[in-house]
Amino acid sequence: MLSGVVVPILNVLLFPGLAFLCVAGLFGEYFDRKLYARLHNRVGPPLLQPLADFVKLASKQELVPREADGRIFRAMPVAAVAATACAFLYVPMWGYDALFGFEGDLIVVLYLLMLPTLSFFLGGIYSTSLFASIGALRVVTQLFAYEVPLFLALLSPALMSGSWSISGIASFYGAHPWWWCFNLIGFGVGLTASLGKLEKVPFDIAEAETEIVGGVFTEYSGRHLALFHLAIDMEAIVVSSLLAAVFLPFGLGLDPALGFLIYCLKVAFVIALLTLLRTVMARLRIDQMMAFCWKILAPLAFLQIIACLVLKGALE
Amino acid sequence: MAEMKIPIGPQHPALKEPESFLISLSGERIKDVGMRLGYNHRGMEKAAEQRTYVQDVYLLERICGICSHSHSTAFVQAVEEIAGIEVPPRAKYIRTIVGELERVHSHLLWLGVAGHEIGFDTLLMYAWRDREIVMDILSLLTGNRVNYAVNAIGGVHRDIDDDQKAQILKAIDKLEERTKYYIEVAREEKTLITRLSGVGYLSKNEVLSLGAVGPAARASGIARDTRKDDPYAAYAQLDFKVVTDEHCDVYGRTLVRVGELMETYSMIRQALARMPAGEIAARAPRRVPAGEALSRYEAPRGEDVHYVKANGTDKPERVRVRAPTLANLQAVSKMLEGDNLADVPIVIAAIDPCFSCTDRMIRLVRSEQGDSGAEARSIGWEEMRVRGIEWYRGRGVDFADLNARLGARLC
Repeated sequence: MLSGVVVPILNVLLFPGLAFLCVAGLFGEYFDRKLYARLHNRVGPPLLQPLADFVKLASKQELVPREADGRIFRAMPVAAVAATACAFLYVPMWGYDALFGFEGDLIVVLYLLMLPTLSFFLGGIYSTSLFASIGALRVVTQLFAYEVPLFLALLSPALMSGSWSISGIASFYGAHPWWWCFNLIGFGVGLTASLGKLEKVPFDIAEAETEIVGGVFTEYSGRHLALFHLAIDMEAIVVSSLLAAVFLPFGLGLDPALGFLIYCLKVAFVIALLTLLRTVMARLRIDQMMAFCWKILAPLAFLQIIACLVLKGALE
Repeated sequence: MAEMKIPIGPQHPALKEPESFLISLSGERIKDVGMRLGYNHRGMEKAAEQRTYVQDVYLLERICGICSHSHSTAFVQAVEEIAGIEVPPRAKYIRTIVGELERVHSHLLWLGVAGHEIGFDTLLMYAWRDREIVMDILSLLTGNRVNYAVNAIGGVHRDIDDDQKAQILKAIDKLEERTKYYIEVAREEKTLITRLSGVGYLSKNEVLSLGAVGPAARASGIARDTRKDDPYAAYAQLDFKVVTDEHCDVYGRTLVRVGELMETYSMIRQALARMPAGEIAARAPRRVPAGEALSRYEAPRGEDVHYVKANGTDKPERVRVRAPTLANLQAVSKMLEGDNLADVPIVIAAIDPCFSCTDRMIRLVRSEQGDSGAEARSIGWEEMRVRGIEWYRGRGVDFADLNARLGARLC
């Protein structure tokens, strides 16, 4: 009776919920930065650097511009963290089932993952500074570019398995091992679109430092900025877990310790791919990004869907 | 969408030195660019008049931290011309070698900065790591990584021995191999080409009418290079071609610079092989006879011009410096027309700007009104002195009082 209440609460708050996600996010940032640095021929940060950055930033003075709408300005970082943490609860990690799940949770997770982006937009536009406003406009423009290919890419495993829940997709691929290999194009599209979602080069247009200073984050400081950074770190983990769950659904349902190890390796693999992509490319311009997403990524995602439908018909 | 005015500078992450660009935008497209210079005026020309020629060599070397050898060479060449000093051939070769090594370090530095401006930090890290090779060679030859202090009026301070020669050749081989890799990157890396092509377009005619110099001009197909047009130092004895390109955009400027690196390596090899034995400096008089001279030097950024007027004393009457960036700045607003906001940093960076070398004058404006309300007015020394005294008195510092007290102590 008591465990029926306490265990879910602990699950949500500690493991594998919020606290785990925070730690994983900070470690993910360390991994990304270290790998990025090594690829640059630099030494890179020590293990606890992301945590130190977070603590230092959080202890700094926070400034809210006089012209800004203070309430929304302060609420947005919290909203970003909350939405990301919420999305994480529906993503299965090492078992077939997520902590919570229902038919259609794939769509909900995608929408929850869109909320941080919207919070960047609102935070930027309500801080009223020039650079932040331009950054905010770029955030939404970018959203329209990468969101469609990302949705389309995630559609094909769902169509294949005939389920709209991430756990359902995972179970389907558990029953049909190696079928996930048919979704590799979709994985590539999803990976590239995630670079936009996570605001990384070549799609870090919204906070392009050399162009618009800090983009939407220009006016943010102190713990608000720290929370935004944490939200992005957490989002990286959620997106990688989602991609791993949907596109790399193997090694599930094993012994928990082994399963956890495989999960960590999968997430690390996805993060490493994202890092590699941002190492070898230059930042695109917003118009070039739009053209790229609509003319190349979206058709590729459609190709994947058609391939999936044909295969499904042929194999069953 | 309504027109928006975005200030890029005086303080902005894309600019390494303070300079102001006010960009009028419609959406992301640039409609107009307002430019203002003068945030980094250091009064060097005036300071040069109060120092001796020998001191001026060191002062003018510090106009620029990157093309310091260019400025000191341009100055000593002008003084040597006025004084009629015959510079020994070996000294000319050493000047050429240091000048070309400086070009290598400047171009590699630019390549890294350009990478950073378009969010390609990997290129920055790689280019700057390789730049260390040439920095080490420069410090081996001259004792300094920047501001080499190798020039003297009448020659150079340091000779190059056989051991150093071997080390330079070894470093050049390594750099050549790395540069070939960068040329490959520039020709093949898709995002780089997409970001740079067609950006910052400057046609051949615009180069001529705006008087652009250096790689900015050569990338528009104009073979304008002082080393060829008006050879100084040992350039007349070296075989090299002026690298040009027909792209007329930032991509072309990138190709010109990496292409120039390859030419530079061959020039350094030739200079080391042909360097004659002999003296490295001629004796220079302390007083320079009255006269004037104009000296041109092809700095990594373009033509650098020094004008020196001597009045027969040991101090120059007037020194005038035209840094290459000044010649290229007018072209920047032309290049930016119709481009995207995202292109501003790379277009500005593509002329390899050196704003603090360029700034020569301050114009006072009333800050509330911005540029439009500015009225230029000149004041004399006496009025300036009175103003200074009043300004300090207003802040509670009275020099009259201070002088009296100091005077009392001295007595």
